Formats: sequence, structure tokens, C-alpha cells
Amino acid sequence: MTTIPLAIPRPVHPTGIWSWITTIDHKRIGILYGVTAFLMFFSGGIEALLIRIQLARPEQNLITPEIFNQLFTMHATTMIFLGVMPLSAAFFNFVVPLQIGARDVAFPRLNAFSYWTFLGGALILKMSWLTGSAPNGGWFGYSPLTGITYNPGHGIDVWILSLQVLGIASLAASFNFIVTILNMRAPGMGLMRMPLFTWMTLVTAILLVLAFPVITVALIELFFDRAFGMNFFNVAAGANAVLWQHLFWVFGHPEVYILILPAMGIVSDIIPVFSRKPLFGYGTVVLAGVIIAFMGWMVWSHHMFTVGLGPVANSVFAVTTMMIAVPTGIKVFNWMGTMWGGSLSFKTPMLFALGFVTMFVIGGISGVMHAIAPSDAQQQDTYFIVAHIHYVLFGGAIFAILAGVYYWFPKLTGRMYDEKQGQMHFWLMFIGQNITFFPMHFTGLNGMPRRIYSYYGGLGWDFWNLVSTLGALILAVGFLIFIYNMAKSWRKGEVAGSDPWDGRTLEWSIPSPPPEYNFVEIPHVEDRDDWWEEKQRRRERRAVPVVAGGSDADEGHDIHLPQPSYWPFFVSLGLFIGGMGLIYLMNVDADGIRTLNWAALTVTVAGLFMGVVSVYRWSFEPVNDPEPDGGHAAH
Amino acid sequence: MANATAAVTHGEHEPTTTGLDHRKLLMWAFLGSDCMFFGTLIATYLVYKNKSIEGALPIDVFDIPVTSVSTFVLLMSSMSMVMAYAWLTRGNLKAFRIWLASTAIMGATFLAFQMFEFRDFAVHGQLTPRTNLFGSTFFTLTGFHGAHVTLGVVWLLSILFHSFRKGGVTPEKNLDVDLAALYWHFVDIVWIVIFTVVYLFGVFEGFPGAAVSTGH
Repeated sequence: MTTIPLAIPRPVHPTGIWSWITTIDHKRIGILYGVTAFLMFFSGGIEALLIRIQLARPEQNLITPEIFNQLFTMHATTMIFLGVMPLSAAFFNFVVPLQIGARDVAFPRLNAFSYWTFLGGALILKMSWLTGSAPNGGWFGYSPLTGITYNPGHGIDVWILSLQVLGIASLAASFNFIVTILNMRAPGMGLMRMPLFTWMTLVTAILLVLAFPVITVALIELFFDRAFGMNFFNVAAGANAVLWQHLFWVFGHPEVYILILPAMGIVSDIIPVFSRKPLFGYGTVVLAGVIIAFMGWMVWSHHMFTVGLGPVANSVFAVTTMMIAVPTGIKVFNWMGTMWGGSLSFKTPMLFALGFVTMFVIGGISGVMHAIAPSDAQQQDTYFIVAHIHYVLFGGAIFAILAGVYYWFPKLTGRMYDEKQGQMHFWLMFIGQNITFFPMHFTGLNGMPRRIYSYYGGLGWDFWNLVSTLGALILAVGFLIFIYNMAKSWRKGEVAGSDPWDGRTLEWSIPSPPPEYNFVEIPHVEDRDDWWEEKQRRRERRAVPVVAGGSDADEGHDIHLPQPSYWPFFVSLGLFIGGMGLIYLMNVDADGIRTLNWAALTVTVAGLFMGVVSVYRWSFEPVNDPEPDGGHAAH
Repeated sequence: MANATAAVTHGEHEPTTTGLDHRKLLMWAFLGSDCMFFGTLIATYLVYKNKSIEGALPIDVFDIPVTSVSTFVLLMSSMSMVMAYAWLTRGNLKAFRIWLASTAIMGATFLAFQMFEFRDFAVHGQLTPRTNLFGSTFFTLTGFHGAHVTLGVVWLLSILFHSFRKGGVTPEKNLDVDLAALYWHFVDIVWIVIFTVVYLFGVFEGFPGAAVSTGH
């Protein structure tokens, strides 16, 4: 600690890059999350396009098998951990405090830490393209493919450390949102008055804090095997490679719901607004989400039907998997019930929400087909699975996320996107989605295995592969329009006003973009869809007098917000440096002889030291500096 | 009265929806998460129990009387933590410091026992993390528990040093100590599970799967 001057002044940067590095405003962190995640998402999209171009025709040699293995591993890891999850986190950040009537999240600095740590994990993964050691073991990294014998070098270590750092970011964010949602709701907002998106954020965060430790341990075990020659997945020492599969999917299946529940929350908020009706069966939708999260823990072995766990295990998991379709189906019927008899308006957010419902139903149905274990034996590891996963995660999660982007864009920027381009984007996406991924059902049932870098002609796969590739290009064009629309409208779009959609929830009751303190007065919530009820009944809004900061009630509207801080950024930087060092900690030669890499060890220790020092500085830094004229000093 | 207590506990905070302080709620969520962390490590240990092909087994290396002593010390440290917190809320900083220091010392004693034990297993029992499945699972599980205890000791000592600063630790800010105490008790409880499942079940006949190592 002595190397760091003890009196680093509090950052005061209203604008510029340091204002972003030290910001702890949940809205700005939401923007950071969203922009970063979209950049990562596009990089994953480029990886997907390269895969599709290689597979467009039989026996092409544009990409070597080695690079191809890296491409599909990086594509999936990117899309799941750097794309969909942080895009959901962007909405958690931007929307949840506004929906519950709060001025910020419960732990603003922890929130900044989550973002910077996420960025560190993302960079660890993506930088591996530059060092040529991108991971190549597939996104679920099955043992023994990831073992040091079959996968020498540092590619898998990159994957392990990246996921560990991302896990820390996700866990920190989830703790934060659990506390924020349980503890910072405006007076009167009981749990059953919360908007659906906030509800699903809570459920997702709880799932995440319980699921991520499992993969953390699995990755630690894998890392110990690789770096130190332990035996967790060493079959020669009596280990069982299936243990990895169990650990991975015990995490991996809840993870699927971590990806999809926020999407369902977004759609559940959008459909009522554009139907001008309350959500049909609010309680049922909430309960269905909770049941999905609960049952998500009972279905993991349906990823392992062909492993040979035996008829009893397969039957049990087949039944639970079919059962979990029921709450999902309930949600779909509730969305339809909401639209039934509603005054529908098909603006871009609504189109994407409907795209989500239809595409997700198709993906759900192929999911139920996998649930039938004997049928799954035919589909396992074919393009049929690839079709299913893209219908639920691309047609599902990404459509819902785009719906959310268009829906909250006016709130975020104060400006309206270009509706015509938005609609064009939707139709290109909708058509491109089906042209790309529907044929994969056919190629899969025709026996095309996933993850092959090339194939012979004349197997009945040629035509549909070409169609899939053309579809992928249509999707790319759609996204170019999306980028253009967002970039242009953010600066030059029409001024949107505070409530362009005639919204129902609290975020639409405040100006667009929201002021730094969100709410001048914390609203007093009396109804579900409180803002809508207030507009309908011209109800007088009761509000809680300003007491933010706890001390300045007598000074009127002097709202005290938490002050910016350097330390979250530096803790994350320390984690990033430490993670980079750990990747190269041990060199393993062809004979399995391990030598310690002293340079890597030095980097690791330096990174961890930086992290520890910053944690201490953070711990002893008050959320708000005391007033200059009094109050007790922190030190 | 209840309100007055709440006001002391949460003196610096605006009222929360649940009435619980933000940090306390976060700590509970973290502990739930940590349960899954240790749960997975213990599950791995149990899956591989009696599956080692060669090398030392629990029956060969464990010295139950010695580990019972270190277990006793760790459990007593929890009591000492309770005393420290109780004295703090009553405003007796001196007694608080004594009990807090003894908690940290007992934690450090436990760690010393563990280091001795690890070394003993390696030197006399020929058991290292690389020896067999038992070695890998045992050292990883107990090692991560030891890391948790180490973090706890560092945390307690940080509070102890901080308490010598003016206004660093006060009865009104007892939550700072309460959080560390929650963590400390949790780490103790995890050890009770590890001691039972790994040590006792591993040695005494009559417990599931003890002693012999043929197919289970």
C-alpha cells in the first residue's frame, strides 16, 4: 500500500474518457455494456460468416480445419458470454433502476467493477486471435479434448481464464441486482407490482449466482489438470470424463435460462404497451418464469442422452424436459392473450417481440423433439441441434434484445430511431433468420454433423448449405442497416419526448434521456403498471420527499448521488493482468514436463497485488466525500 | 424499540424495502453462491471417492485426533467472533479487540495445522495433488477452504488495525464487523461438512464407503 500515494483525489471529470472510466451512473454503465456487447456480438457475427462461407460449397479450402475449430469455439463463446449475457446486463443496468423508481443500483461502484471486469474477460478471449492461440475445444469444452495431452499450448487456458474473469463480472452484477431489486423498490411497489422485466432480472440473477460457481469449480479443476498435472479428468488415473459433462451442464442448462429469461421479460413488457392492454395473467407469467428457473436445474442430462447414462436417467430427464415446456407454453399463451382484442400497433419493437414469440416457439418445438431421448439419439451432434439453438438464442434472445433496443432507444437517447429503417431491419432479420437456420433442420436430419470444416458433395447437403450461407448474408445486411440507424438517430434523430409509446411502467414517467438522478421525487406506487394507471385515471401522484443521501432533506431538491471512483476500474485492471499472467503460468512440453514461467508468475502476482491494493482503497473510500465544512473524515 | 435498533444498525442508510441493509443482503446472496462453490467441490470429491487406482488413501494419511484439535480451534474461533461482535455492540472497544484478535489467531492456528498436515501427507504419506484422484480432490477442496480461512483472517486483521483509527470501528458501524462475522461462521460451517464427509467418513468403518477401496 505504501507504493500508492494515500491521498489520490476523488475523480472529477464531467466529460471525456476519464468520466467514463470513473463513472458509477447505472445509465452510463448500461451504455458501456450495450456498446461493448454489440461490438463483441458483431465480432462473433463475423466469425459466424466465415464459418458459413467455408461451408457454402462442398470441399472448400478457404479455412483450415485448425482455424475452423477455433472459429466455432470462439463464435459460440463470444455470442453467449460476450454477446447475449452482457446485452441483457445492459438492460438490467439501464432499465431496472428506472422501473423500480430508484436513483441508482444498490452498489454503484460494484456495478462499474462488473462492467470493467467483463471488458477484461472479453479482451482476454478476443485477444487470443492476435496471439494465434484461440481456444478450439468447442464452447462446452468436453474432456478429454481440452486436456493437455490432446490440446497442448495455451488456447484452452485462454478460454478458462476468460470465463473465470467473466464469471466474476457476472456474479458481481447479479449480487448487485438481487439487492437492488429486493431492497430499492419505490414505496408501494410490492413484488407483484414489479414490471415483468424487473421480475425476470431478479430470477436470472438468482439463477446466475447459483449456477456460475459450478462452472467456476469445473474450470478450476480443468486448469489444475492442465497446469499442475492433477487428475480430475485423467482417465488413466481412474477419472471419469463424464464428470466434466455433468458439471458443465449443471451450469449450462440454467445458463440457457439465464440467456432467455431476460428476453422473455423484455417481451412481456413490450407486448402490453403495443397492445394497449395490461399483460394477460400477470401472476401466471411471473410464476411461469420462476418455475422455469427452478426446473432449469432438473433437466441438464438431456444434453447427454447419448452418453449412456442408462434408461432410467434418460427417462427421468426426458420427462422433466418435456415438463419444462409447459411453463414456457403458458407464457406464449399469455402473450397471445395480451394481444387478443388489443389495439395493436406494429412498430419496430412490437415486430421484434412478435418475431421472438414465433421463432422461440419453433425453437421450443424442436426442443421438445430433443426431449424424446430415442429421437434425440438421431439428432445429437447434427445440424438439427444447431438449428434448434439458433432458433431459441438468435430468433429468441437476440430478437427480444433488439426489440428492447428499439423500445428503450428513445428513453436512452431522447431521440427516435428511424421507423422505416427499423422495419426494414426487422424483415431482413426475420427472413434471414429463417433462410439461414431452417435449412439446418434438413441438413441435420440428413445426417450432417456439426463442427465439420468441410463435406463431400452429393450427400444431399449441398443445396441447403448454400441457402444457409445466403441467409447469413441477409442477416449481415440487416445488421448494417441497424448500425446505421442507431448511429445516425443517436445524434440526429427526432426528439422523442418522455413517453413516446404511451408506456405503462415508471421509466416513461421521467424525461428522456433521464437526468442523472432519474427521479426528482421517488414515486409512490399504487398499482401494477403504475404510470399507465396514473395517466388513465388522472390520478394525483403521491411522491416521497427527497431524502437521497440521507442528510439534505431541509435543502429541498439537493439530490446527493454517489461520487465517481477510480478503484473499481483498477481492481478490474488487476484481475485482467492477473488473468493474462495465469494463462501462461506453466509451460508443458511434449513429454509432459512442466516448467514454471517466471515472467507469467510475476505478471500474475503484480496483477493480484494491484487488485488487492485497489480493493483496500475502495473499501476505505466513502461513497460520498464528507462535506467540506464538517462531518468526520474517512481516515 | 425495534425501530431504534434498526436506526443504530443502519444509521448511514436510507430506508430499504426489506429493512435489511444492502450489504447484509449482498452477503447472504454471496454465501448462497459460495454454498454452490463448495457443494461442487464436495460433489467432485464424493464422485471420485474410492476411485483412486494407486497411491495413498484417506485411511493411510488422516490423523483424526490431530485434525479434531484443529477443528475444535476453528469452531471455538466462531464463538470468539460472537463475543467480539457482542462487545462491539455494547460499546466496549477494548474487549472487542481482544476477542477479534483471538478469533484471527485461532484462524491462523487452524491454517498452521493445515499446512503441517499438507506437508505431513506429502512427506510421510507420499500424497500430493498429482498422486491420485484422492490427492487431487482432497487438496483442491481443503485448499480452497484454507484460502477462504486465509481471506477471513486477513479481513479480521484489517478490521483490527482499522479499529485503532479514530472512528474506524464504532458500535454504530457494527455492520462492518457483522458482515465479516457472517463470512467467518459460514467458513466454519463448511469445515464441519468437510471434516465429517472427508475425514470421518473416510476413516471410520461403518460410515458409507470408508476404509476399503473396491468398487463403490
